[in-house]
Amino acid sequence: MSDFTRDEFAEVLDTAERMHAVLERPIRRVPTLRGTTIANVFYEPSTRTRVSFELAGKNLSADVVNIAASGSSVEKGESLIDTFQTIQALGADIVVVRHSRAGAPELASRHLDCGVINAGDGTRGHPTQALLDLYTARRRLGDVEGRKIVIVGDILHSRVARSGIWAFARMGAEVVLSGPPSLLPDTMEALTNGTGEVRIEHDLDGAIQGADIVMALRVQRERMQAGLLPDLREYARRWSVNPARLERAQRHALVMHPGPMNQGIEISPAVAYSEQSVIEEQVANGVAVRMAVLYLLLTGEGRR
Amino acid sequence: MAAAQRRVVMSAADMGRAMSRIAHEIIERNRGAASLVLVGIPRPGPVLAERLADLIETIEGRQVPTGAVDPTMHRDDLDRRSIGPPVHPSHIPVDVTDRTVVLVDDVLYTGRTLRAALDALNDFGRPRTIQFAAIVDRGHRELPVRADFVGKNLPTADDERVTVRLQELDGEDAVHIERVVSPAQEATPAT
Repeated sequence: MSDFTRDEFAEVLDTAERMHAVLERPIRRVPTLRGTTIANVFYEPSTRTRVSFELAGKNLSADVVNIAASGSSVEKGESLIDTFQTIQALGADIVVVRHSRAGAPELASRHLDCGVINAGDGTRGHPTQALLDLYTARRRLGDVEGRKIVIVGDILHSRVARSGIWAFARMGAEVVLSGPPSLLPDTMEALTNGTGEVRIEHDLDGAIQGADIVMALRVQRERMQAGLLPDLREYARRWSVNPARLERAQRHALVMHPGPMNQGIEISPAVAYSEQSVIEEQVANGVAVRMAVLYLLLTGEGRR
Repeated sequence: MAAAQRRVVMSAADMGRAMSRIAHEIIERNRGAASLVLVGIPRPGPVLAERLADLIETIEGRQVPTGAVDPTMHRDDLDRRSIGPPVHPSHIPVDVTDRTVVLVDDVLYTGRTLRAALDALNDFGRPRTIQFAAIVDRGHRELPVRADFVGKNLPTADDERVTVRLQELDGEDAVHIERVVSPAQEATPAT
C-alpha cells in the first residue's frame, strides 16, 4: 500500500462507488465473479474483516471458503507455506490472509500463483481498512486533500494506523498523530515512506483543534502488561475522544474507529453513537471497498 | 500499430436523420411515449438516450425518463479482457417494473454487451417489454439477439472497428470505420 499512487487509490474508490450502488439495489448480487473461489485464511480472530470479505465475495457471486487457524491442519503443525499451497491446490483463485506476523501475506504471495490480499499482518498493515477509511471520508467530505485527520492511540502497534497514514498522507491530507509517547514512533520515516505531511502532537486537546476527521484506535490491553501503557484511567483522561474534546474539532468532523471499541477508554459512548460518528458506516462501506478490490484483482485475462 | 485508413460512414447530418427516425419509430411502435424509459449502455449510450428523449419530447410533448445501466459486472468474458475494466454508474430514476424500457447503445456487434445489459437491467425490476436501439448494426452476432431500432446496417469484416463519435464526448458527430491490424499479423520481432 505504501507504493499506491493517487490514481490507484482513486481507481479503487471509484470502483467502490459502483459496488456501493449494487448494494443499494433490490437485488444486491451481481454475477461478476461467478466460478471463482476466494479463500479467507485467518490466523487471528476477526469478525468484521472476515465477514466483510465473505459478503463482498458472495455479492459478486464468488464461492467463499473460510479457514480459521483453529480447527485446521495449522494446529497439527503444518507450515504456513504448506497450508497456502494446499489451499491453492484446492482451487482458490485468491487468498485473503490475516496473520499476527508482519509479512505473512507477502510470503504467501511469493509462493503462490494466485492472488493474495493482506487482511492485516501483525503491526505492519491493514490495507483494505485504510481504503475503507479513505472511502468513508471521501463520501462524507469529498476530496481529503488539505483535510486534517487526527489518529489517536497506539500508533506504534497499529496496522490500521500505519496503512491509514500512508493512504491519507498520499491523498494530500494533513495527518496528526496523538497518544502516549511510549506508543508513538520516534521517527516518522518508516511510517510515512516519504508520502506526505505527518506530524506528532502528544497532547490530544491541541492535536484535535480544527480536525476534519478524528480516528480513535483500540487500546490493546496486552500493551499495558508490557508496561507501555500507564493505566487505563490515566489513558482515558488524556486521550479518550469525548464530547468536550470533539468540540474543538470542526463542526462537521467525522469520528472513526476501526473496531472493536473499548467504550469509555479510547472513545466515550456519547461520541461513538453521536451524529458525527461514522463507525457503523465504516463497516458497511468495508463491503463495497472489498468488492472493488476483489473485482480489480480477479478480472482480466489469466487472472483466474 | 493499429489503423490503416479511416472512412466516415455516417456524417453528423446522417446521424441526426437516423436518430430522429428512430425517435419516430419508438413512438409508433409503442403508440406514444406514456410508459417509456430510455436506458443507455455506457459509455455513449446514456448520451444517445438523452438525445432520443429530447427528440421524443419535441414530437410528443412528453418528457421521457432516461437512465444508464452498466453491463460490465454481468459480462461473460471478464476473464478474457483487460484487468478491472472500469465500471460506469448505473442509474434509473424510475421503477422499470411494468414499463417499456428501450435500451440504447452505439454499436450492435456480437450481442454480448446487450445480453449482459439485459441481465443487469433485471436487477432493477421486471419491465413489461424491453426493446433495443443502436446507431449501427455491424453484424457478426454470437448470440440470438437483435435490435428493434437501427440507425444504419453496416456490413463489416471482423478485423474492422466501428466507432461512433458524439459531440458531447468526442467533439463531433460521426461514425467511422477502420481496419485494425491484429497482433498476429503484426511483424513483432519478440516471440
